[in-house]
Order: sequence, then structure tokens, then C-alpha cells
Amino acid sequence: MLRLDALTKTYKTGDKALKAVTLDVPPGQVIALIGPSGAGKSTLIRCINRLVEPTSGTVMLEDMDLTGLRPAALRRERRRMGMIFQEYALVERLTVMENVLSGRLGYVGFWRALTRRFPQKDVDEAFRLLDRVGLLHMVDKRADQLSGGQRQRVGICRALIQDPALLLVDEPTASLDPKTSRQIMRLICELCAERGLAAIINIHDVALAQRFVARVIGLRFGEIVYDGAPDGLTPEKLTEIYGEEDWEATIEKVDEEETVEAAE
Amino acid sequence: MSADVQGETHRELDDMLGTRWRRPPLVQKAWLRWVLLIGFALYLVAAISSVEVSWARVYEGLDRGAAFIMAFSQPDFLSRSDAIWNGMLESIVMTVASSVVGILISIPIALGAARNIAPLPVYLICRGIIAVSRALQEIIVAILLVAIFGFGPLAGFLTLSFATIGFLSKLLAEDIESMDRSQAEAIRATGARWSQWIDYGVKPQIIPRLIGLSIYRIDINFRESAILGLVGAGGIGATLNTAFDRYEYDTAAAILLLIIGIVMALEYISGIIRARVQ
Amino acid sequence: MPVTDTSQGPVWRLRNRRETLKRWFGWLLGIAIFLWCWARISEATTWFFVWDAPRIAGDILDRATPPRWSYMDNLWVPIWDTLNIATLGTIGALILAVPTAFLAARNTTPSRLFIRPIALLIIVATRSINSLIWALLLIAIIGPGVFAGIIAIAIRSIGFCAKLLYEAIEEIDHSQVEAITATGASRWQVMVYGIVPQIMPAFAGIAVFRWDINIRESTVLGLVGAGGIGLQLQASLNTLAWPQVSLILLVILAAVVISEWVSAKVRGAII
Repeated sequence: MLRLDALTKTYKTGDKALKAVTLDVPPGQVIALIGPSGAGKSTLIRCINRLVEPTSGTVMLEDMDLTGLRPAALRRERRRMGMIFQEYALVERLTVMENVLSGRLGYVGFWRALTRRFPQKDVDEAFRLLDRVGLLHMVDKRADQLSGGQRQRVGICRALIQDPALLLVDEPTASLDPKTSRQIMRLICELCAERGLAAIINIHDVALAQRFVARVIGLRFGEIVYDGAPDGLTPEKLTEIYGEEDWEATIEKVDEEETVEAAE
Repeated sequence: MSADVQGETHRELDDMLGTRWRRPPLVQKAWLRWVLLIGFALYLVAAISSVEVSWARVYEGLDRGAAFIMAFSQPDFLSRSDAIWNGMLESIVMTVASSVVGILISIPIALGAARNIAPLPVYLICRGIIAVSRALQEIIVAILLVAIFGFGPLAGFLTLSFATIGFLSKLLAEDIESMDRSQAEAIRATGARWSQWIDYGVKPQIIPRLIGLSIYRIDINFRESAILGLVGAGGIGATLNTAFDRYEYDTAAAILLLIIGIVMALEYISGIIRARVQ
Repeated sequence: MPVTDTSQGPVWRLRNRRETLKRWFGWLLGIAIFLWCWARISEATTWFFVWDAPRIAGDILDRATPPRWSYMDNLWVPIWDTLNIATLGTIGALILAVPTAFLAARNTTPSRLFIRPIALLIIVATRSINSLIWALLLIAIIGPGVFAGIIAIAIRSIGFCAKLLYEAIEEIDHSQVEAITATGASRWQVMVYGIVPQIMPAFAGIAVFRWDINIRESTVLGLVGAGGIGLQLQASLNTLAWPQVSLILLVILAAVVISEWVSAKVRGAII
């Protein structure tokens, strides 16, 4: 469904963030993208919806080449790619409802957006999504009054109301505590399964990635160095991705957490 | 989550589906919102209708306006170069002298107006001085001082010094009040005397801000010095006023360009200095 | 190195000798410049009047008290005019300052090479010239009156408001803008949802702050003929009617205090 072909990004400073990344995402598959900071995970995700302009290579969403699109066509395609951000990136001074409805901006005209008169079916869908993530009673709260986990749920609603085919998720748990992180990851994966969405999730927490997804991609210096099942991530592989470190503890911790979870 | 609670939330959802959603208004009470809105609208109507505009006069003036804008393309620095030069020099002299004196006086007043340093009586006196200085505008002070001291740059110099004190002391005092207590306490804990405490605990924290504010004030003083001449308190303003009176737009344009140029230069320099001290 | 070796062992100084000399030289130069400036002011001053100043000040004070309260009847209309000059001028300035600020901010300007410098030039030019000078200029062009005052206040405030506003625009959180862009929103929608909510508090604060300043400035615009209470001040000064002058000054003082109180209240309510 999504195909990246030799995707390359070189920043003006000369840093090569991505070196000819080629990747195929089938419909409905959830992928975790792991790698050290600066490996190019964020750049990769942003090159797909062209928040960052790729230097060369192609991004094919179904049969549409995104790299050559003009602004209006690009905006149409962006509606099919929901994005969830690290620091939530909610518009802090707008209400929860406005933040969720902002996901429909690609579908409504300027005046409707300005006067906040969204079609009733959008509003209903927003109610349903907020109910699904357990925030229905927060509709008129301002986004800056919410806790981190609640904000990220609103961020998820904003991405889903776009009615996307693909979710781009940039470090969804980086600013959350361990428990909330799990809840959010579980929520994202459940929602993807419910709606048959494909997703690319940037994540630095290897244990969390291993727990929730079926396919892991390891990125190092802008190149894919691992692509496979989560249990194929041996200490040697992790060393290849992140560099020398004692990995046994990390991997063991996953198992331990697994048992704790089961006991609950 | 129990089935009961889940049922509850879903009933809520069913209630909300199909209802319209409106952004919650800024002012919660509906009547207050309307009163404010209608009151403001009425005021605007009353205000605009009370402004008498003689459009014929404005239309007549458009030619002169155009002539003035054209004058900017060929400003005349030469035919009154003596007056311009002397006026500018006087403005700069007034700016420099009043800034120096104003800054020197405002430091002790700022210390006195900071509640965490000064005892209450000193605090009240210093705050009083600041309040008086801030409430009176430069041009009114200048009028009074010209009446008292006679025409000339001395009145302008005193005006600007007085205004500098109010501006600088207030901002500096607020800085001192919001400074990091622990640094100052650490110095006090070494057994330093009051003067040493100010020197080592307080001064390093406010010096960068003092420099930044001082430069900003020099900038303001120069701009103000350009108008003091309108009331006879010295500087380029008198020359400018004469130029307007005689409809010598090219000379006026030259003076305005000089003022803009100097203000821009001052802002540029102050940007560099502020970046350096911080 | 601030540490030097002497026969008595190493000595620590905050600065080395060269820097110390430089500093002394700097101070010396500064003092010399100041003294020269002072000499010029002194030259242009008739010191005889200055020595006489305390007596003149006492004399004026004597004549100015008590204020002529009955003159208040003539002041209500000028006060209303003054309020209008400040308010309408501020509104006009804001209408022009908003687009200027968006054109001047690095992250929203359509073109950094052409449009941004023009916007910055507008800001600098309107800011560096005092509203009294703008009034002087406008009176020469469109004649004396309240209208000239409104325009003068508006022009002077454009640069001030636009500068503060474009700094606020440059400081916004970019990730919020990015998130709205990612939904497929158009350029204008991104503006309304991503940028405007973030600068709203700054905008309201700037508007009220500038209105407060404009009340002060509009009280004196009449000195050059641009309407408001300054006209009465000028007339009273010309006829040496000191009891009226003192009354007008009291009114101006009250206006300044009230406007500052209002603006502080409103800003407190917003933030």
C-alpha cells in the first residue's frame, strides 16, 4: 500500500539523514521503526507526507506518487495519512473538540473552518472517537488543561477523524510515563486493527515495540539495518542498530513485564 | 471497566450524537456578552460620527501628501544644512547627557524601589518618584521646564533625565525583585556586608539587564529629543517644525530620514550589545 | 592569564593588565564625551534664568493654584475627542499591523527577499517617528482636527504593534503548525487553526498596552493642533491662564492613571 523507493534526504547542512531507504508496507500492517536518536526516524516519517521535502526517491501511496505532487493535490493525499506526534502537538489554546475537528480541515472549506461550522456527520464522528478513547466528557475543555495521556488520546482522535488509510506515528510515548505509554501504544494498535489501518510507529523503547507490533524496522545512520519479526532482535542485532551495550537486561525485562502484565 | 459504567457512557454518547456543537464563547454569560458587544458597537458609532472630517480639505491635501512622499525621493540636506546639523547635534548631545545622568540616578532609586532589598519607607519614597515620573509625559514636563528655565537644551536635558529615571528604575526594580534569591543568599551566607552583598549577590544578576534597558532607553531618548524642540526645549524638533511651517517638504524629509537612520543604527548596535552581554 | 607570578607567589586578578587599561581608557573616553556634551548644553543655556528658576517656579505654582474648576465644563468634549483619537487610532493601527506582522515574521512571510524587508521598513519608519511629528505632518497635509490625530496615532502605532506581534509569531510552537499542516489543511486554514490561536493572547495584550500608551499620547496631540484636550492646554498656555493649565494637567494625570488601571485589569483577565 505504501512503497518507499530509494528515498533520500540530505539537509542543507550536508547531513545525510536518509540514504536510499526502500520499504514496502502492506495494507493493515503495523510497523515499529526503531533506532538511535539521529538515525533519521523522524525524517523518514516526515518525508512520507512531505512535511520534510525528500531530496530524491519516490513515495508511492497506493498508485499515487507523492513526491511530485503540487500543493493542492498533496493536501488531498495528506488527508489519507493521519499523523500522531511526540509532544502531542495539539493546538494548546483550542478546545478538545476543535482539535479533533481540525483533522477534517482537508475536507471542509475555509469559511466553515473559520466559523467552526463543521458538517454534523463530522461532529458525530468526533463524539464517537472521543467516546472510544474515553474523553467524551472533556469536549469543551481547552487542550492545555489535559494531562499528557489525555492529550495524546486527543491527538489520536485528530488523526483518525481524517479517515486515513495510513497512520504516521512519531514517538507517541516519548513524553509519557511507562504505564500511560503502554495504554497509548495498546490503543493505537487496537484502533489500527479495528479499522484495518497500516501504521509506521517511530519508537525508541525497544521493549514496547517488541510487545505490540508484528514487524520491526531498525534504522541506523539513515539506512535500514534490520527488517523482521520482533523476536529476531537478538543482542547482536541491537548492537548493530544502537551500538555496544548490555542488551540482555532489556530483552529480559520484556519477559518480566510480560509476566507482570499477565498476573494483573 | 464494568459493563454498567460502559453502558452509562454510551447512553451519553447517544444523547450527544446529532446535537450541534458550538465553540464555547469567551464570555460565559449570554447577557454580559451581548451588553459588551452592543456597548462597543454603540461606542464605535458614536465615536466615528463625532469625528468631523472635511473630505474636501482632505482631498485638497492629497496633492500635498503626494508632494511630501515625492520629497522623500529627493530629500534636501543642503539648503538648511546649518540648522539641520546644529539641531541634530543638539539632539544627540541632549540624548547622551540625559541618558548618562538618568541611568546614574535610576540605579540607586531602583535599589530603593525593590521590596526585597529596601526597607519600607525608602521603598515608598522611591516608588513615589517613579510613579510621578511615569505619569507625566515628556512633552508636558518639557513645557513646564521651559516655562521655568527658559528656552534651550537644558530644559530638554532635564526632561529626558527625569523620564529616564521613571522608566529605568521601574523595570530594574522589577528585575531585582524577581531575581534568583538563592544566589544572593549564598553571598550573604559568606558573611558579606550589605555593600558587598549588593556587589557580589545582586549586581551580577542585574548588570546584563541594566545594559540592555539602558541602550533601549538611549534609543527612546533620541526619539523623544526629536520632538522636544516643538515646545522650545532644544534639539532637531524646532528645525523640523520650521520646515513644516514653511512647507519645505524636502528639508523635512531629509530630517525624518536622518532620524530614521539614526534610530535604525541605534537598534542595530543595541542588538549586538544585548546579544553580547547575555 | 589573570594569574601572574610575582616574587611573593602567584597573584590572582579578575582581569589582566591589558584589559584593565582598556577598561580605564573606555571609562575615560565616556567621561570626556559626557563632559563635552554638558559643556555644549551649558553654552546654550542662559544661566541667569536658571538661577532665577526657583522664584519663577514658585511664582507659577502660586498662580496655578487653585485650579479653575469651573473650566471643567469646557473640557468634556475635548476629553471625549481624546478618548476617540486613542481608541479609533489603536483600532486602525491594529487592522494595518496584523498583515504587516505576518509579512514580517520569518516563518509566515511569503518572501524573505522582497516582502520581508519592505514590511520591516514600514515597521522601523513608523516606529522611529513620534506621533507628534506624524501629527505635524498630517496637519500640513489634511488640515488640523481630530481626524489628523487619529491617523497620526494609527500610523505611529503600526510599527510598535507589528514589531511585538511579529516577534510573537516567530516564537510560536512550530509542531502545532506542523500537525495542522499534516491533516491536509490549506495555507489559510493552517493560519487560522495553527498560528492564530497561539498568538491571540499576545495580540490582546499588545492591543490593550498600545491603547494605554495612545491615551497618553493623544492628550498632547492638541499641542500641534491635532485635536483633543491638548488644544485647550495649548490655548491656556498661550494666554498664561495658569489655573486652567493646572486643571488640564490634573485631568490628563487622571486619564493616564485610569487608562493604566484599565489596561492592567484587562491584561490580567486575558493572561
